Amino acid sequence: MAEAGFWSSYAWPFILTILSILAMVVPLLVAVAYLTLAERRVIAAMQLRKGPNVVGPFGLLQPFADGLKLLFKETILPAGANRMVFLLAPMLTFTLALIAWAVIPVADGWVIADINVGILYLFAVSSLGVYGVIMAGWASNSKYPFLGALRSAAQMVSYEISMGLVIVTVILCAGSLNISDIVEAQRDLWYCIPLLPMFVVFFISTLAETNRSPFDLPEGESELVAGYFVEYSSMSFALFFLGEYANMILMSGMTTILFLGGWLAPFGIAPFIWIPEVIWFLLKVSLVLFCFLWVRATFPRYRYDQLMRLGWKVFLPLSLLWLVVTAGALVAFDWLPAAGGA
Amino acid sequence: MIVETMVFYLFSAIMIASAVMVISTRNPVHSVLFLILTFFNAAALFMLTGAEFLAMILVVVYVGAVAVLFLFVVMMLDINFVELRQGFMQYLPAGALIGAILLIELAFFSVGHWVSAPDADAQRALAMPAAGQVSNTLALGRVLYTDYAYLFQLAGLILLVAMIGAIVLTLRQRAGVKKQSIADQVSRSRGEAIEIKDVPTGSGV
Amino acid sequence: MSVMSRGFRSLLMGELLSGMGLTLRYFFKPKVTLNYPYEKGPISPRFRGEHALRRYPNGEERCIACKLCEAICPAQAITIESEPRADGSRRTTRYDIDMTKCIYCGFCQEACPVDAIVEGPNFEFAAETREELFYNKERLLDNGDRWECEIAQNLEKDAPYR
Repeated sequence: MAEAGFWSSYAWPFILTILSILAMVVPLLVAVAYLTLAERRVIAAMQLRKGPNVVGPFGLLQPFADGLKLLFKETILPAGANRMVFLLAPMLTFTLALIAWAVIPVADGWVIADINVGILYLFAVSSLGVYGVIMAGWASNSKYPFLGALRSAAQMVSYEISMGLVIVTVILCAGSLNISDIVEAQRDLWYCIPLLPMFVVFFISTLAETNRSPFDLPEGESELVAGYFVEYSSMSFALFFLGEYANMILMSGMTTILFLGGWLAPFGIAPFIWIPEVIWFLLKVSLVLFCFLWVRATFPRYRYDQLMRLGWKVFLPLSLLWLVVTAGALVAFDWLPAAGGA
Repeated sequence: MIVETMVFYLFSAIMIASAVMVISTRNPVHSVLFLILTFFNAAALFMLTGAEFLAMILVVVYVGAVAVLFLFVVMMLDINFVELRQGFMQYLPAGALIGAILLIELAFFSVGHWVSAPDADAQRALAMPAAGQVSNTLALGRVLYTDYAYLFQLAGLILLVAMIGAIVLTLRQRAGVKKQSIADQVSRSRGEAIEIKDVPTGSGV
Repeated sequence: MSVMSRGFRSLLMGELLSGMGLTLRYFFKPKVTLNYPYEKGPISPRFRGEHALRRYPNGEERCIACKLCEAICPAQAITIESEPRADGSRRTTRYDIDMTKCIYCGFCQEACPVDAIVEGPNFEFAAETREELFYNKERLLDNGDRWECEIAQNLEKDAPYR
């Protein structure tokens, strides 16, 4: 009897969870691989080049060639490095980029853990991303990584604040911290329309949060060689790389969920609802990712003081103001969502 | 149930071990990293008791913001460990005293039991809805914004004062500092910036 | 432009969006990349690529071991040794070019009185080891045989300007 209880209450859920994690992570890693290719192709196209197109048809095997190359390189541990932390940092970055996907619903009910405080979990995990960078920079015991780490610490903490306020605004409108509820609350109107300024602030903050161009100062190659991962090679470098791109996809997923109606079709009418929800989700994420690459191809890097000015003097007041305006409007017009959501 | 208990003991053990490492490790950066690990396990313990909101807030606030700044500062410190050790014996009595007092309080807590004020239990029950009825975020919000609204506002005010105080203390205005005015730069028109002169050959401007 | 409209424009990120519009337009434009290993750009007849030692049409090697190229080579990449051949003509026994030293200035080609040493149109002779880049006479003559057609044509095209 006890045996059966163990199987039904622990073993099967455990196996199912593992399977669902695999079902989430494997496509994610493939997506990361192809995001690197997409980035090179998109930026190339915007610079009137062709980009990698030789390895496989249309260069489709290029990510794997790159991966293999990195895999077979020598892992170098700098003599002055703090070994433990040095090795921990890339693993941490990569792990954090993956665990956040536990709460992202790719379609109605297609989520590993539909927890009550999903959006807080996402925010928490994304705010932890800075540790991988700081630890890498400090443990390398070298000046460029350290400068990169300092920059990234200040940058990510600054932009987290405006991101947090944007998330609070969305939560106010949705009336729930559960991600599925937030998506469902956008069935009539995606939040990117009424909350357009917040959408823009959020998108730019995600650029800063993922250390993407034009906010890629932590790794600004023209100033800091490669920033915090100067001393990394081979697999440890690959983990950073994968982590960074997985984070990009994660942030795009977050933008999709908060502002673009997650898995919902743009209009709840016939031709659109025939397409499966997961396709809609992927399309929207791809669109946001394209914007990431598009921005990178367009804008030059910010200067550091301009970056701080933008974060603290523009985004923070703007998002605070819009939060207050939103809250006021919700109360004034009695648009408040039902307490507690679900 | 046995699995939950095992998980509880696992997290507790890691938490206590890393808490010990915080004060025993020699490298201050390692100390902060262990502190972060401690926070994490505390969050996990909150999660086990079903307080997911507290767990997440702990991670967001303490791990995501406070500890980053800690780490930030500690990384930049140039600490002389020998000097640090020298003062150790000097502060030992005072430190030991405080430690002993805390230990005794803990012992009272675990050996003895809480005695509440006569109507405190009833009041507490009032604020606590039955488990499973509402999410604990909602429950917390109800208590925080109704019964304790003034205290909550007061706490916010104190934080605001602290923030403004810190800014006032560090902000200094010096004469003769050149600052960039981005608005001025951007709003400069072509007419203000350049002038086209027709210079005859052989003569200067 | 008034302060108001300027502020409004900056709030709406007008400049940023127009910049992004520009890149998006370029995204759809035809690309200018040459698909290198499969497509190659045009090369001038004066292009100074890999060296070659030429022969006369009857198969006799042109080089008469005058050592002018060795003398003029600014990188001192050329080494020549010579001896009279069995039929009494003066020929090189050794003609080495260290391609890792060569700066592809083309002086050897200019100095040669019989158009023996030339820099051909080939630029794809990368090697995996240094040793492969130490060319000897045999290799250079081989190059001459392989590229003779192109070299002859290039020399002819360039002749009016010499």
